[in-house]
Amino acid sequence: MLKLKLIEKEKSPKIEIGKARLLVEMRNIVKKFYRVVANDGISLSIYPGQIHALLGENGAGKSTLMNILYGVYRPDEGEIYVSGRKVSIKSPKDAMRLGIGMVHQHPRLVEALSVAENISLSLTDVGVFASPRVIKPRIMELARKYGMKVNPDAKIWQLSYSERQRVELLRVLMQNAKVLILDEPTTMLTSSEKKELFSMLRKMASEGKAVIFITHKLEEALSVSDIITVLRKGRVAAQVAPEEVTVEELARLMLGYEMISTVKREPHRYDGVVLKVENLHVLGDAGVPMVKGVSFEVRQGEIFTICGVAGNGQRELVEAITGLRKVARGKVFFLGRDVTNTSPRLLADMGVAHIPEDRIHVGIVPDMSVAENLALKKYRSPEFSTRFTVMYDKIYEWARSLIKQYSIIAPSEKIPAKHLSGGNIQRLILAREFSGEPRLMVAVNPTYGLDVAATNFILSKLLEAKKRGVAVLMISEDLEQALKVSDKIAVMYEGQLKGIFPVEEADIREIELMMVGVK
Amino acid sequence: MAATEELIRVAVEAGTPLLLATLGEIYAERSGVLNLGVEGMMLMGAATGFMVTFVTHNPLLGVVAAAVVGVLLSLVHAFVSITLRANQVVSGLALTMIGLGLSSLIARKFVGLPLPVRIPTIPIPGLSQIPIIGPGFFNHDPLVYFSYACVAILWYVLYKTKMGAAIRAVGENPAAADAMGVNVFLVRYLCVALGGGLAGIAGAYLSLVYAPMWIENMTAGRGWIAIALVVFALWDPLRAMIGAYLFGGLEAAQFTLQARGIDPSLLGMLPYIATIIVLLIGVKETLRKRIGAPAALCKPYYREERTL
Repeated sequence: MLKLKLIEKEKSPKIEIGKARLLVEMRNIVKKFYRVVANDGISLSIYPGQIHALLGENGAGKSTLMNILYGVYRPDEGEIYVSGRKVSIKSPKDAMRLGIGMVHQHPRLVEALSVAENISLSLTDVGVFASPRVIKPRIMELARKYGMKVNPDAKIWQLSYSERQRVELLRVLMQNAKVLILDEPTTMLTSSEKKELFSMLRKMASEGKAVIFITHKLEEALSVSDIITVLRKGRVAAQVAPEEVTVEELARLMLGYEMISTVKREPHRYDGVVLKVENLHVLGDAGVPMVKGVSFEVRQGEIFTICGVAGNGQRELVEAITGLRKVARGKVFFLGRDVTNTSPRLLADMGVAHIPEDRIHVGIVPDMSVAENLALKKYRSPEFSTRFTVMYDKIYEWARSLIKQYSIIAPSEKIPAKHLSGGNIQRLILAREFSGEPRLMVAVNPTYGLDVAATNFILSKLLEAKKRGVAVLMISEDLEQALKVSDKIAVMYEGQLKGIFPVEEADIREIELMMVGVK
Repeated sequence: MAATEELIRVAVEAGTPLLLATLGEIYAERSGVLNLGVEGMMLMGAATGFMVTFVTHNPLLGVVAAAVVGVLLSLVHAFVSITLRANQVVSGLALTMIGLGLSSLIARKFVGLPLPVRIPTIPIPGLSQIPIIGPGFFNHDPLVYFSYACVAILWYVLYKTKMGAAIRAVGENPAAADAMGVNVFLVRYLCVALGGGLAGIAGAYLSLVYAPMWIENMTAGRGWIAIALVVFALWDPLRAMIGAYLFGGLEAAQFTLQARGIDPSLLGMLPYIATIIVLLIGVKETLRKRIGAPAALCKPYYREERTL
């Protein structure tokens, strides 16, 4: 431990130090999954009126610790005290009864149900035979109070990631939680949305709530929190006040080594057109047009990024290009060949790789092993199978080499892929997709929810591919990152591209305005 | 017009056991538990209902006993598939086999005996006077009216109440439901038990009203048709009504058509051929609507599983 101090600061004048005001205390929490130790004796104290940042890389144990506090997991060892009383939190229901609410990184909502139905399920004051519609006015009122746009009748599957996150936030707020846990809440937000969220969190803290903010973003931890607890490899590495540390110090605490940014863009050198999209029209799930006449080209050795707020047709566009969704009108050309409405398998064989938005459900088969997931696109090749059988020995051997090459942290290549952390799942997908030596890489929010190390790794792999002459089409909500790595940027708004420009000519303010439809 | 009235009446009568069993299975499947033991639970309900009514001369007691037996049997399935998290298909099939054997065993002495009491037909004043549909729908025994009430209540609960949202949530995404504080295990137990109770009553309807007597294996595959009807109805209690009467009509038509010289074994196949066609249609419509089968159907729920 580096420092162990609680510091009073002007941002939150209400804090009083001492046992009496302690809201939540976790003592020596230990939790293991298989042979992976996620939490190795973590202690944490939470005070009301404070924003407490829980900072750490993926796999540091932040989410696991908070899932224990929220009753999703049971700790193998350790004790939890709420308001000085020892408690046993067996389920999220217990946690809610104790005033603990959580907004998950992957929103835990039921897709087939509406917003109001989802929210009503966690409200104890709505009777079992009452209609979920009765809470609509309350949802609208709360949404208005915090300036959120939400349609209580919309089904969750029709919403984008960020919209789902908002629904979950509303849900927890409506439970009148005293302790709010937010698991990486800013990942899919634009910078203006982030600012709104932060002022909301500040407001909640000033109302006396304790806010626990899980993040791996150093700047966010420094700018928004009153106290930062740094976790590393399942242990508390330090507890510091934000004004006491610099970004560099914090990074060293979090990573355990000096952070060196390996991400550097080089100007592109090739110019053969790999992907050409012509006046593309695509329908969304609800049967309404989501992509309305999009045209663009991606050249060899170029990173072409489409920026935009989620839900403006990016998903439908990508699915149409990768063969997962029918094209209503228009054409897609790959290396000069018309591939409109071609099967995903043919496209993959031709050299189209895809890092999907939903890495858990579309990117991998969660119950299959790491090795099998790595071989999903290759098992048919003579390298790995005879006419009738798959040669598992060879797949395992190959998988071990990829695990090493892509620094995937997995106890064995034979464990189910779902037991990996988010960053490692993404490394796995990247390893698989690049193993086919693609000509075009379609990457949708490839670093969404990933920590610094994983983000740098993924981006450097994309830049390496670009250097080899791979055309990269990236969909991103992270404008700053897009500006850092892309050669060209396009803005998508309501199914159309609002402009395509070389990154040198891009102006961040102007693009942000375009993303929200002002320009 | 008398022929139409008669057709509706017969279709409703033959469709009622299908409807009751289907409604119960809809709830079980909506909560994520497939129960292939419907046939077995119906048989046990039929045997128990008949025996209790035969001995006590009280049909209400018979129906209640049938429901209780159905619930008890379904709880076996619930325990095995929800608590022990065993394979739902195997457990359900076992239930059907148990029901088939056990009902034959316990009711052996009652085979072919006439029922000493009859459940009366009670025309509903006013409604039964409506031309064409009146006599067809509103001149029946109380169990038929009970099934109408079930359709209305179960539809309302499923779509218009928080409890319905909880059931659908558990069948769709139990981890999310759990995170919201829904007791996944309790909801699943209740839904499976409801399915068992209704299957038991469906069986009692066969042995107390439709036949009315006890014969070994008298359900003759109706439990399986009910399971197919769940798909046909896209897990919706209202559509279950349409499906049940359609199949009831088919079953009734067997007798009329047989009289005109059509081979009875060919006719006997009709419901099953229709089942396959209905399954095909159901699948297609499911695709079109994107939301059909509960996503977590057949999947046991483990809270500690790391799903991210």
